[in-house]
Amino acid sequence: MTQLALTAFSIVTALGAGQDANLAALRAGRSALVPCRFDTLPIDAYAGEVEGLDQPLTGPWAGFDCRNNRLAALALRQDGFLDAVEAAKARHSPARIGLFLGTSTSGIWETETAYRHRAPQTGALPQGFDYARTHNTYALGRFLREYLGLGGPAFVISTACAATSKVFADAARMIRAGICDAAIVGGADTLCGTTLFGFHALGVMAEGPCRPFDAARNGISIGEGAGFVLLERPSPAHGAETVMLLGTGESSDAYHMSSPHPEGEGARAAMLQALAAAGLLPEEIDYINLHGTATLVGDAAEDKAISGLFGDKVPCNSSKGFTGHTLGASGVVGAAFAALAIRHGFIPGSPHTREVDPGFASNYLREGREARVNHVLCNAFGFGGVNCSMVLGRAA
Amino acid sequence: MHVYLEGIGLFGPGLAGWEAGRAALAGAVPYTPTETPLPAAALLPANERRRAPKIVRIALATGAEALAAAGRDPARVAAVFTSSGGDGDTIHEIMSTLASPVRELSPTRFHNSVHNAAAGYWSIATASRAASTSLCCHDGSFAAGLLEAAVQATVDNKAVALIAYDVPYPSPLAEARPIGPAFGVALALSPAPSPASFARLEMALTTDQPLSHNAEPTLEALRRATPAARALPLLAALATNGTAAVTLEYLPDLALNVSITPEKSS
Repeated sequence: MTQLALTAFSIVTALGAGQDANLAALRAGRSALVPCRFDTLPIDAYAGEVEGLDQPLTGPWAGFDCRNNRLAALALRQDGFLDAVEAAKARHSPARIGLFLGTSTSGIWETETAYRHRAPQTGALPQGFDYARTHNTYALGRFLREYLGLGGPAFVISTACAATSKVFADAARMIRAGICDAAIVGGADTLCGTTLFGFHALGVMAEGPCRPFDAARNGISIGEGAGFVLLERPSPAHGAETVMLLGTGESSDAYHMSSPHPEGEGARAAMLQALAAAGLLPEEIDYINLHGTATLVGDAAEDKAISGLFGDKVPCNSSKGFTGHTLGASGVVGAAFAALAIRHGFIPGSPHTREVDPGFASNYLREGREARVNHVLCNAFGFGGVNCSMVLGRAA
Repeated sequence: MHVYLEGIGLFGPGLAGWEAGRAALAGAVPYTPTETPLPAAALLPANERRRAPKIVRIALATGAEALAAAGRDPARVAAVFTSSGGDGDTIHEIMSTLASPVRELSPTRFHNSVHNAAAGYWSIATASRAASTSLCCHDGSFAAGLLEAAVQATVDNKAVALIAYDVPYPSPLAEARPIGPAFGVALALSPAPSPASFARLEMALTTDQPLSHNAEPTLEALRRATPAARALPLLAALATNGTAAVTLEYLPDLALNVSITPEKSS
């Protein structure tokens, strides 16, 4: 596939706002999971809640105000991303920059809140409830397209927890097809009752913090996160340390709506495609950022898929013990952590994981380590049996 | 960028399939927007059929119709699903439950609430392990999906099914987001001409061409009311088997121009 340079990226998770705060927490092995304050659940659930989302969007952006767009705005302000977008607009023109974002629940929390304030007589939702700019799946895309002043093609992908991985594959295809010359990808997902109570109803919400790949893992902790990436065709000006998108792979399980294929066959197919697109052999991967949500069946299936392809050779971790499972944002969070690993030569560990499941055969890291990292494979899998893998690497 | 059209699936008021609906779309017979019963979701196991959400039943029926006309095995075709929202009934039930004193969600309802629910059921029903995506661009979702499907077919040199659908929300969301009658359309696209292909679709983004309308007023009302029905100018042009160009709603400052060249009579 056409290689693309990650010429800028920004990241916000419960670990903090910006690359430096996230890298420092990953290096320190510090988890951001705490007892869930956002809502009251029937179990002792933990969550990775982002600080600083209390201030509403104002002025021209007031109509977009919702937790998800607030988080997106916070992420746009990190890591020099807005300046990078302005420079890209000058280089390519706003009409030639595509905007392909992902989310799972967008601003649905606004609608949850509106339903709690329905008019007693008519049942109507409160005046001022703005479906199109908050709840709708495209609300995030509309907000960014207007906020950044872009004029190119745009849409929002919502393939559950693989949404912000697929946007990388989309951007690569759109640029290859000549529909645009550069793309902004990424997305945001925030806490809401739908996912907190939904995952609880499915019986996959952990008591206490989630423990990916642990023998005693008992489910997920939900987190929130946002990240944005500027993708452009490589140029000599980018330098050898620029992180590149080298390959992507996409597949479906054809198995179950909310449970992965037990042998990880769909995951394996996505990883093989991503490796082939990158022109790399499994032994050329230095680190794997797993999906690893800490469910019983999900981690077991991914371990089978990983060990089947990589044996026990490639160090891997899941970031979910740091941030919680950021659902629709987990793809871009994984990509950002992979890019940090490449740039800073550090492979993170896995807080809260005490004893790796003795039945697992992959090389799972509980403790972080310094290492030169040239190529990273990132996995994201979602409801509906949707799988997406991508390979990031150092410019060759 | 161009692709070849091999099959069409259709569901809407007075439009129970492409072959049944094309005469009215072409203006050869009067268009009567009678209610069309929801398709039976024949691809699903019997115990899943009745409780499958509306969007799933529409997506499966239109997708299967388009690929049958194309002579393609759904298990081997990548799919692009597009919708301006999820399943309205499912979202309303979840919102109502979360606003009630006992916030116990149904696990099935929760997994049906994801925007890619139709894609998940499609993959299971057709045993397809091919890639699928599910996207949204509010009122421009049909054009966004068509652009994405054409790009996938062209860049990856593979057949792609586009499956677009929208259903109305119940009240009170219906007042905040009015959507007209349920509508679904599927297009089987190929990067190259094939025995089944009957039209070449040339696509380009445009900033200055006015949006196409439907001449028939009731179809035009449907086009305006339901986002997936923004496909109707394209379908009406295809129904006449003629050379035509249509401009479809996408974003406020960007539309999708589709030039149709018939390959042979069908």
